[in-house]
Amino acid sequence: MTALRKPAPAFERTVLAVPSIHCAGCMSKIERGLGVMPGIASARVNLSARTVTVEHDLSLEAHDLVHALAELGYEAQARRDELAPRLSAARPLLAPLAVAGFAAMNVMLLSVSVWSGAEGSTRDMFHWISAGIGVPAIAFAGRPFFKSAWQAVRRGRTNMDVPISLGVLIATGLSLYETGRHGEHAWFDGALMLLTFLLVGRVLDAMMRDRARAGVDALLSQAAQGAMVVGADGTLAWVDAIKLVPGTVMRVAAGERLAADGEIVSGASRFDQSLLTGESAPVPLHTGDQALAGTLNLDAPIDVRVSHAGHDTTLAEIARLMEASTQNRSRYVRIADRAARLYAPAVHSLAALTVVGWLLSGATLYQALVTGVAVLIITCPCALGLAVPVAQVVASGSLMRAGIMVKDGSALERLATVDRALLDKTGTLTQGKPLPDSAALLALATDEAAIALALASHSSHPLSRALAAALARRNIAAAPLSDVAERAGEGVFARWHGHEVSLSRPLGGGEAIAAALTIEGRPVRLIPFSDRLRPDAVSALAQLRQLGVECSILSGDRPGAVGEIALATGLTAQANARPADKQALVARLRASGRKVLVVGDGLNDGPALAAADASMAPGSASDVGLQAADLVFVQESLIALPRAVRAARRTTAVVQQNFALAIGYNVLAVPLAIAGLVTPLVAAVAMSASSLIVVANSLRLARAAK
Amino acid sequence: MTILLLLIPAALAIGGLGLAAFFWALRNGQFEDPEGNAARILIEDDE
Repeated sequence: MTALRKPAPAFERTVLAVPSIHCAGCMSKIERGLGVMPGIASARVNLSARTVTVEHDLSLEAHDLVHALAELGYEAQARRDELAPRLSAARPLLAPLAVAGFAAMNVMLLSVSVWSGAEGSTRDMFHWISAGIGVPAIAFAGRPFFKSAWQAVRRGRTNMDVPISLGVLIATGLSLYETGRHGEHAWFDGALMLLTFLLVGRVLDAMMRDRARAGVDALLSQAAQGAMVVGADGTLAWVDAIKLVPGTVMRVAAGERLAADGEIVSGASRFDQSLLTGESAPVPLHTGDQALAGTLNLDAPIDVRVSHAGHDTTLAEIARLMEASTQNRSRYVRIADRAARLYAPAVHSLAALTVVGWLLSGATLYQALVTGVAVLIITCPCALGLAVPVAQVVASGSLMRAGIMVKDGSALERLATVDRALLDKTGTLTQGKPLPDSAALLALATDEAAIALALASHSSHPLSRALAAALARRNIAAAPLSDVAERAGEGVFARWHGHEVSLSRPLGGGEAIAAALTIEGRPVRLIPFSDRLRPDAVSALAQLRQLGVECSILSGDRPGAVGEIALATGLTAQANARPADKQALVARLRASGRKVLVVGDGLNDGPALAAADASMAPGSASDVGLQAADLVFVQESLIALPRAVRAARRTTAVVQQNFALAIGYNVLAVPLAIAGLVTPLVAAVAMSASSLIVVANSLRLARAAK
Repeated sequence: MTILLLLIPAALAIGGLGLAAFFWALRNGQFEDPEGNAARILIEDDE
């Protein structure tokens, strides 16, 4: 670095996703660690979003920052949508909520004075002040409801917002009229209270979606976002995935994912294509073969000439398949809106009948209209509007504590109805990564295990990492080694107390994945690796069966590998299914009236996940899987599946109870309103009481995920 | 009752002040990172 600072260096802002930040210690470590780096003006951690925003000069690239964070011990990825602010569903509702709450409290205070007997000019003054606060507040805070109601009405439909908007607007209009003619009753307090309660429901609902999305965002971007490109003069430079063009040559190290489709121009290696095809066995590829974006290079560094990049990759093809299937999900009508379809016409005709009835019995037009409006206000679906969101928010909060993220409320409604489950094999029923055979590890002598751990810890090869992790869990200390060398495509070689030791590819190893531990003067130890069933998979499937959900396996893997898992789990299975086959099977089952849950993780599951009634993905899933799934579970155990189904069903039960409570309240209050006995005081008490009851009932879901 | 002429505007003004403060906070990114702000009090500044 030069001693003289450049005049006014141009700064750039980069946002990096760092999923593993979780405490104040991480925050200060990252902010201090990056802060002292040359070229960085400032670094600020956002713990809620698990991101770091770095202001740096143009000499640094996102790739350098990722490296710097890796040195600090944090895995990071540059965000693709770097500068686009993340859209929050809750933030636009906060201001209306604040205004509605403020206005409701002030107007309620004035109303209390009116109810306790203020008369004449005092009452008029209070009413005018209420109007002065209430009308602008209603106009501002009611906009989310008015907008959505108007959109529904314009398309000739109705939703929960239509009776809400009508009730609020008519109450406001009538109150203004009453205030003008020195009347006794004004309803500003009721209208504002209604808006406040409903906005609380909406904000809770939006916060739930925000939190789940933030959680899923943090898991995203596991695939390579760029590649080391070999220049014409042999220099290496990092290029972002979106800037890769066909014809460039990228160097892919062992353990990296390919950023684009391409032809191998030099080197040979084995590839894990499970994300794309579901196939678990590594595929050996040589010079001249096609390698696909998103696949994991297992053995040796290779050079690949890019043939398709960005939107032309196989990956993008799957994305197109998915787009088509997401449409039938958007056709799903949420419970609250289905209720509104029945509720709104019933309430509105009731109000109309009240007006006609009063007119026929000889009342004045004014009296009849006031009574009709009272019916509309009292039936305004305050409790109904809270019934669904509060229940879903409480349930998904409970699920989130159990490690299951629910992306939105309608997912819970749809999940509650499923009676058929299709499960992917690799990465869903199994853990999706090769793990060393525990019997083989137990057979190792202590010093052998210590050597194996020491050798494995010197390599970033996926098998070495898995082996090192497994041995470290057995509390084995690494043996001291000298002259350690990793030879790409072969293994790790070193000396131990003068003996040559190595951890390498077994000679003549075919399909099976294994590592050979060689210690001079001793027999070679073979450590087989295999993909293992998730813990509790069998009991989780049994629980699903008890819940009336019929399960079967749907995999893109070879029949042999699928058969093994089918035998272990006792499920029927279909192998060799391509993404389009999976999607077609989902469509067939749905057409025959089944409600289908798809659980999968790979890109190849994306279209099926999107087409299903409800879908779940493990946290280790591909970006596509995470985005397409309704629910994401982050723990190892498959118990998450029955747990989520049970919680969803309990939520639906509570929602139905809430509806029953809300309707019960109406059955009590509506006759009073029709009889013309409802005053603003009665309305305020009835509304708060019914809302509180519904909220209290929903809180019972706090332990729904247990 | 004339005291009301003083008290009501005073009450509204104080309430309005709170509302204005909330809007200010909303605009200035005070709600960007609630979890982080909670954790930041644990970071020691001296070093």
